[in-house]
Amino acid sequence: MIISNIEIIPGKRIHKHLGMVQGNTVRAKHVGKDLLAGLKNIVGGELTAYTELLNEAREEATDRMIQQAEAIGANAVVNVRYSTSSVAAGAAELFVYGTAVVLE
Amino acid sequence: MDLIIFLSLVVVGYVAGSIAEKRHFASIRKREAELKNVLTFSARMPPPRDMNRDSVFVQGNVVISVDYFKRLSAGLRSLLGGRVGAYESLVDRARREAVLRMKQSAQDQGATHIFNVKLETSSIAKGNRGQIGSVEIFAYGTGLIP
Repeated sequence: MIISNIEIIPGKRIHKHLGMVQGNTVRAKHVGKDLLAGLKNIVGGELTAYTELLNEAREEATDRMIQQAEAIGANAVVNVRYSTSSVAAGAAELFVYGTAVVLE
Repeated sequence: MDLIIFLSLVVVGYVAGSIAEKRHFASIRKREAELKNVLTFSARMPPPRDMNRDSVFVQGNVVISVDYFKRLSAGLRSLLGGRVGAYESLVDRARREAVLRMKQSAQDQGATHIFNVKLETSSIAKGNRGQIGSVEIFAYGTGLIP
């Protein structure tokens, strides 16, 4: 599965468009990690636990999108966009969408 | 007693925060120099002559929070309005770091150019007083392998 955030895959020709595919996940913070982040908050700096959390969440959303694309027989997803929103205090939604295509 | 705790938090925040920030900026500058061969473009499409290269999706993210002192000074600043220097350096740091991580992952995968770079800013815990003044920056783009 090739993923790209431009409308084409360089070096390949798009044979067929299969429509939009998407993946999302909502993640909440871990209490223990939240406490550590609270301490980190005093001195500032990178909150590694959150960086990892969001990274994993994004990977999961991307995996879901890829699964959906595979299910309809695509072999690439173009024009991929990410978006993040906070649904409640301490929870974040990661959303990824793109156009599933078949490459020649 | 409360005042003592408060003041010590401010002092600890100021001292540790400015040391950490200085170090972080030094490391950012160093890595920016190391990764200067990876070029980033906000242009959507690569030029036609590069159209038959292989591509790879690259990304980088980081969550950074401000220290206690800066949060306080930003709070005071919001009474008066104007530039909030404390938060400017926070997002600057975060953005440069996220772009660096994206470039690093591009270099690891052998890409030399990154097209259509998008930067996204979000905060996982926003709003409530006393909550974390942190910001997440996510950078992504399409890397071209020569």
